[in-house]
Amino acid sequence: MPPDKDLLLQMLERMWRIRIFEETVIEIHSSGELQGPAHPYIGQEAVAVGACAALKDTDYIAGNHRSHGHPIAKGGDLGGAMAELLGKSGGYCKGKGGSMHLADFSIGILGESGIVASSVPIATGAALASKQQGKDFISMVFFGDGASNQGACHESMNMASLWSLPVIFLCENNQYAITTSYKNSVSVDHISDRAPAYNMPGVLVDGQDAIAVYEATVHAVERARAGEGPTLIECMTYRFEDHSLGLDRVRDNPYRSDEEVDEWRQRDPIPIHEEAITSTGVVTPEDCAEVQARVRVDVAAALEFARNSPYPEAKELFEDMWAE
Amino acid sequence: MPNMTYMAAIAEATREEMERDESVYLMGEDIRASVYGASAGLFEIFGEDRVIDTPLSENGFFGAAIGSSLVGQRPIVETVTSFFWVGMDQMISQAAKMRYMFGGQAKLPVTWRARMFYARGAAAHHSDRNYNIFMSTPGLKVICPTNPYDAKGLMKTAVRDNNPCLIFEDGIAISSRGEVPANEDLPGGELLVPFGEARIVREGTDCTIVGIAGGVAHAENAAKILEGEGISCEIIDPRTLVPLDKQTILTSVEKTGRLVVVDPAHEVCSVASEISSIVAQEAFWSLQAPIIKVASAQVNVPYSPALEPLVYPTPERVIEAVRETMS
Ligand SMILES: Cc1ncc(C[n+]2csc(CCOP(=O)(O)OP(=O)(O)O)c2C)c(N)n1
Ligand SMILES: [Mg+2]
Repeated sequence: MPPDKDLLLQMLERMWRIRIFEETVIEIHSSGELQGPAHPYIGQEAVAVGACAALKDTDYIAGNHRSHGHPIAKGGDLGGAMAELLGKSGGYCKGKGGSMHLADFSIGILGESGIVASSVPIATGAALASKQQGKDFISMVFFGDGASNQGACHESMNMASLWSLPVIFLCENNQYAITTSYKNSVSVDHISDRAPAYNMPGVLVDGQDAIAVYEATVHAVERARAGEGPTLIECMTYRFEDHSLGLDRVRDNPYRSDEEVDEWRQRDPIPIHEEAITSTGVVTPEDCAEVQARVRVDVAAALEFARNSPYPEAKELFEDMWAE
Repeated sequence: MPNMTYMAAIAEATREEMERDESVYLMGEDIRASVYGASAGLFEIFGEDRVIDTPLSENGFFGAAIGSSLVGQRPIVETVTSFFWVGMDQMISQAAKMRYMFGGQAKLPVTWRARMFYARGAAAHHSDRNYNIFMSTPGLKVICPTNPYDAKGLMKTAVRDNNPCLIFEDGIAISSRGEVPANEDLPGGELLVPFGEARIVREGTDCTIVGIAGGVAHAENAAKILEGEGISCEIIDPRTLVPLDKQTILTSVEKTGRLVVVDPAHEVCSVASEISSIVAQEAFWSLQAPIIKVASAQVNVPYSPALEPLVYPTPERVIEAVRETMS
């Protein structure tokens, strides 16, 4: 079933929310206001947005160090995200986690993670719980091409298939793990080629096309909710920016050519989506412009909120260690 | 004498050892690109068999390094202390135990070099000062160089050692520069710093401060200020935690009668705990005041710049501790 107008516009809005949020993060990082590490999601927006558009609020997601796009795509609040990046008490995690550890359990965001592939078993476990509890919640994990080579990833896929768990393994193949090309680190042509070895469907999708990602995910969601088990979806995508903000040594030692970067920048997921939804006449260019303008205001308000949010007090250092 | 950065010293040690011995090779993530700053140019010299960019698979390639060492290779593995957790099964179940389990048949000349990030807003997943965990595991040598000279000399010793060695490159120490003699100016033509010999960083008479890793710099800063108050501190850098040079520490405490241990690890079961226990048992009658540990708070590392600095030892905390032992 093709997405309706509201969903198409919501997808556009969420892509803009990620894009403008990330542009703002880059700005406040270069001005020195943001000091911690941050990994920009720019270029990959269609992946998280297309995938999360197929989920409900009660479904779970878990992610990785490239961590701002997933929660925003799931419907996370921008102010809480920005405040977390600034280490403020108004952040999702009260400033304890920072950029790489955004989490909002109230809408199923079980947490981003700095240790590559460490969320894959976590999402698998959430799917196990859903099955044990007789719920129809599904679980989705975002992980990179680099992460796909970790043992935790392979072990999780085997268990998920063995136990028919409602989990979607969503691989964001942006083609590099810092400087290492997947062509030099993955033994098959595509990560989705590994799915048959785990006895689950493997799907290769154009990750710059939000609607294509959405449609592939809808199938996987139906399968998972019907108790038929996991799916591995590989989205081919590209990160337009550096691996992380401030990693100059990598910039000085180029591992990908300017031509390659430029070529992929031509495949920007936002114009691709705008083109798709306006060309059928469902949405007008004015609708699109309005979305973008609205998001600019929202992101500015989020930054304002984050700046005004107080830092945690010293006594909070020892809070949140132990559950009651 | 050439003045160089800590990472340049590590890079020089790596190149020299690779030139000297064909069985030495380097493996890790993004090492051709020298993401952590110690491997630039090595691929061009030694080629792909000896400079290996691995997939992102720590447990796998740590284990492969160990396996290769059993049959004659001498791998240097580059990583980050926080990623030790991922490969820890191979490090502890295999590298630390194989020789003993197999009745002494195995030699395991693997050197891990790990960057220890902390105090920079890297949050709980990237701020592990975990040398204490490995120190309490029998079968692993644990090395904490705190300046470029020791970094080079200890690294070369580690590569030649026939046991698994872990080098912790402290984020505070790696920003240091220092003098490292040229090989032609050295008696044996090369810089080798032996394991198990502490360095007396500064002599003093009133209080012994043992600094672990980045704790040494805090101790030095504190000692300068305390000197102005008429308190003379003796600073000891053990340099290697396994083997540990107990004697230098005990001799110093016998002289000063006081001990403060500065350790960036979490305070419970830290290196500071171990050294305190050794001194309490073996130099008890020399002590004129209780031993004080200045270690990290027993809490995960928070991200917020308002909270993170409260976790670690600082020169101020060292000064306070020394004053307390003197009062
Ligand atoms: C276990 C572990 N090893 C290494 C790292 C260092 N590191 C951070 S991101 C990254 C590359 C991850 O690549 P990929 O999974 O493709 O995600 P991408 O950054 O491309 O989004 C590496 C090696 C880490 N954080 N965790
Ligand atoms: Mg990648």
